[in-house]
Amino acid sequence: MPYLGSEDVVKELKKALCNPHVQADRLRYRNVIQRVIRMPKLDQWGQAEVLNFLLRYQPRSEEELFDILNLLDSFLKSSSPGVVMGATKLFLILAKKFPHVQTDVLVQVKGPLLAACSSESRELCFAALCHVRQILHSLPGHFSSHYKKFFCSYSEPHYIKLQKVEVLCELVNDENVQQVLEELRGYCTDVSADFAQAAIFAIGGIARTYTDQCVQILTELLGLRQEHITTVVVQTFRDLVWLCPQCTEAVCQALPGCEENIQDSEGKQALIWLLGVHGERIPNAPYVLEDFVENVKSETFPAVKMELLTALLRLFLSRPAECQDMLGRLLHYCIEEEKDMAVRDRGLFYYRLLLAGIDGVKQILCSPKSDPSLGLLEDQAERPVNSWASDFNTLVPVYGKARWATISKYQGPERRGPELPNAASFATSGPLIPEESKETVQELPDSGALMLVPNSQLTAEYFEKTWFSLKVAHQQVFPWRGAVHPDTLQMALQVVNIQTIAMSRAGAQPWKAYLSAQDDTGCLFLTELLLEPENSEMQISVKQNEPRTETLNSFISVLETVLGTIGDIKS
Amino acid sequence: MISQFFILSSKGDPLIYKDFRGDTGGRDVAELFYRKLTGLSGDESPVVMHHDDRHFIHIRHSGLYLVATTSENISPFSLLELLSRLATLLGDYCGSLNEGTISRNVALVYELLDEVLDYGYVQTTSMEMLRNFIQTEAVVSKPFSLFDLSSVGLFGAETQQSKVAPSSAASRPVLASRSDQSQKNEVFLDVVERLSVLIASNGSLLKVDVQGEIRLKSFLPSGSEMRIGLTEEFCVGKSELRGYGPGIRVDEVSFHSSVLLEEFESHRILRLQPPQGEAPGLPEVTMRPAPKKPSSQCQTAPSPATRGGQVSGRATGARAVAPTSLDERVAPGRVELACPGKAGTEPSVSPNSSLSQELSGPEQKAELGEGALRWDLPRVQGGSQLSGLFQMDVPGLPGPPGQGPSTSAPLGLGPASLSFELPRHTCSGLQVRFLRLAFRPCGNTNPHKWVRHLSHSDAYVIRI
Repeated sequence: MPYLGSEDVVKELKKALCNPHVQADRLRYRNVIQRVIRMPKLDQWGQAEVLNFLLRYQPRSEEELFDILNLLDSFLKSSSPGVVMGATKLFLILAKKFPHVQTDVLVQVKGPLLAACSSESRELCFAALCHVRQILHSLPGHFSSHYKKFFCSYSEPHYIKLQKVEVLCELVNDENVQQVLEELRGYCTDVSADFAQAAIFAIGGIARTYTDQCVQILTELLGLRQEHITTVVVQTFRDLVWLCPQCTEAVCQALPGCEENIQDSEGKQALIWLLGVHGERIPNAPYVLEDFVENVKSETFPAVKMELLTALLRLFLSRPAECQDMLGRLLHYCIEEEKDMAVRDRGLFYYRLLLAGIDGVKQILCSPKSDPSLGLLEDQAERPVNSWASDFNTLVPVYGKARWATISKYQGPERRGPELPNAASFATSGPLIPEESKETVQELPDSGALMLVPNSQLTAEYFEKTWFSLKVAHQQVFPWRGAVHPDTLQMALQVVNIQTIAMSRAGAQPWKAYLSAQDDTGCLFLTELLLEPENSEMQISVKQNEPRTETLNSFISVLETVLGTIGDIKS
Repeated sequence: MISQFFILSSKGDPLIYKDFRGDTGGRDVAELFYRKLTGLSGDESPVVMHHDDRHFIHIRHSGLYLVATTSENISPFSLLELLSRLATLLGDYCGSLNEGTISRNVALVYELLDEVLDYGYVQTTSMEMLRNFIQTEAVVSKPFSLFDLSSVGLFGAETQQSKVAPSSAASRPVLASRSDQSQKNEVFLDVVERLSVLIASNGSLLKVDVQGEIRLKSFLPSGSEMRIGLTEEFCVGKSELRGYGPGIRVDEVSFHSSVLLEEFESHRILRLQPPQGEAPGLPEVTMRPAPKKPSSQCQTAPSPATRGGQVSGRATGARAVAPTSLDERVAPGRVELACPGKAGTEPSVSPNSSLSQELSGPEQKAELGEGALRWDLPRVQGGSQLSGLFQMDVPGLPGPPGQGPSTSAPLGLGPASLSFELPRHTCSGLQVRFLRLAFRPCGNTNPHKWVRHLSHSDAYVIRI
């Protein structure tokens, strides 16, 4: 680097920082660090680079740590956003064990971030907004008093507006909810349909906490009779009813009449689902469904037909007199004339189900109508700052965590192949999972007298009740490295007839899963898997409704085999 | 660390392409980028895009795309900052940044890139350092300007040339070519403020935000010291109060590290040694809770009326009155009022929608276009009141039956947004008292100092 920072010393220091010999010698390294930090005449690019180098350094004592932080304080006040963010990241990572220091830093960086959010450069503004969202995940109230900064303006490009709506949705609290909802309501009638729909979904998100106000706004929106608004509102209602059952009454009152304004598949599915599940509270539900049945021939989306079949059968159970005739017509159409195999099979299935007797149908179709606990399990409210500190000021927040995961999976093996052979071996062994699991199945019958029943159907409520009534029969820890891929695990467990009741999302911390299984004698095994973020161990607790040690042991060995297989593939 | 850097025109033609590391792809990367950009779906953001193992990060600057590719997970803030710094640098060297100047100065641009970035790492972006290495001179095409003629002084009349500089005066290469001896010593100082205002339908202010910035572009030989005096009543934060008047209150100020602030506390004087070209900015970030008065008000009294019992037809009348509560001295240049049609009323642009208008002045123009009503006011005098009455027929929009027209907002029209520029006026009241140069020119002429105050609307929205 010929003349970086206009100082020869800088060049030298940077070389020294990269030199493994210097790094090996703690004392020398510390001296170098001290000199780098005190460097006054670096330009902003040099500063950003040096801050990046410093991420590798781990102070040995608390005193040294605070020494470094004090020296770096001036970087937080730099006028260049790149340097400020670099310094923030360094602070967050160095102060890993001092949450109050981290919070302090995030308070200090509020000003520069907000300035970047309203900067003239759209691109910078976008990057800043993404980071604001990241911070909000851990400190939900952090930007609440500045909510007006995140109101969209007329001239902004689409992608910034969408980010701002997301931010608004996340920073809402008791004080600003009125104003934020007012603002979002304004966006719902925007010219751009995409933006309007995003705003409606955002209101739906807020509705999980502030249900009444939001449902009222959404109901008013239905009055506009706009196709693209109505369809999204109905979808929002469907999700809302599932998560917050207390708003069912209001939703049911709002629904009549909106079938005229829905044309697309998603909206129709949502409406039909609502009519089917809560049909007994909506007076004209059978007639709306009748319209759909009349027009089923011209319906283009198979998913809508499937939804219609299920909904009508459900409604038949609660209002048989009004539905019997059209259910017959629909089944006839689906079985005789329908070209789509999936729909025809579904029709045949329901037909045979009805033949088996009405009690059976009730047992199968009347599942719970809402599940607030599911929402709570999924909404991992506050994530610790440390979970994203290393991603701060990188491309990860800008892409969004989910997209980044697909990107890095995509490019991971090629790029990091030589350094981390594990990653490569994971990539090659990835597709093999099902086959390996099958092997475990084959060896299972030999492993003990245990026979797990394949179709043990347990509802979440029943599981919860049983779980709290029983004592832990067995508890053990299992070595585990890295995160869990819930899909893989669930698939593998299914192969050995262990049913998954609930599971956290991938990457959630702490990660939890609830499993159940039943053997041929009717003995129930309820299991909790718990993965704490700090430990590299999976904690397994098993409960059993009949105290029988030999079956318990064989169940645990089955579970261990599955976890071991998945774990091996992973690490 | 950057792998490649390229500049595309707004149509996607590659103007400049430079590969720093030779690690990925070839020239067709630029094409790939443009294809990805145009093929994006609505909810994806274009700022950062990804293909294979490469990230594209770009900024848009005066119609050009400046794109960097990288394969590392680097800091987006630094990279975006670098790209905008590159844009300023190229602007300084070529006079202004647009498709024409770039294609005329390809050699210069490549030379500049060579010096700024080495193997994908930033070396320096300071004008001071770069001037020692750049040899190529900028090719400038002189635009034909009436000011050249007016300087002749028809009939011996005193022209304004000595007092007013054309707006394009600052867009010339910063470094004087060696042949051109008539290099002027000039300093351009702009105080620019951006207003974002949101006014509710009942006239109350929902949000007022002013962001200001002092921009400096210097053509002086570097190293000359400069003192900028700001208004004395300038106070930062909440507690402090200076002077007797209402004072100018800002929430936050940040200065570039090169600005010396010894006299700032006592006399509000900034001392600095600006490098040549556009200084990386002494951004003055202003966040103000409420100004004295919004600079221009617009009342829109919509009077929705149903026509002749037709349910399908719906007329939306909007009466827009714009009394400007400004001093007589301040004359906003051009004011444009745009009123976008709301969701579902896009057909309002269809030919069978009619617009009847009553305007108070002959030179004003109102038209329907791109789904919005535009009212163009070429000249507005401060303190005057203008009104326009528009009546729009929006066919095919059923009014909500039973509810009547008294719903929260009339459906037909979205919020009205005003766009305007106020020259010689700052909303915060911040003024530059003086601009003194400590430097004595060795040449014959005194340096010219141009100071501009300007506020323009970033988003001035009135809910209807």
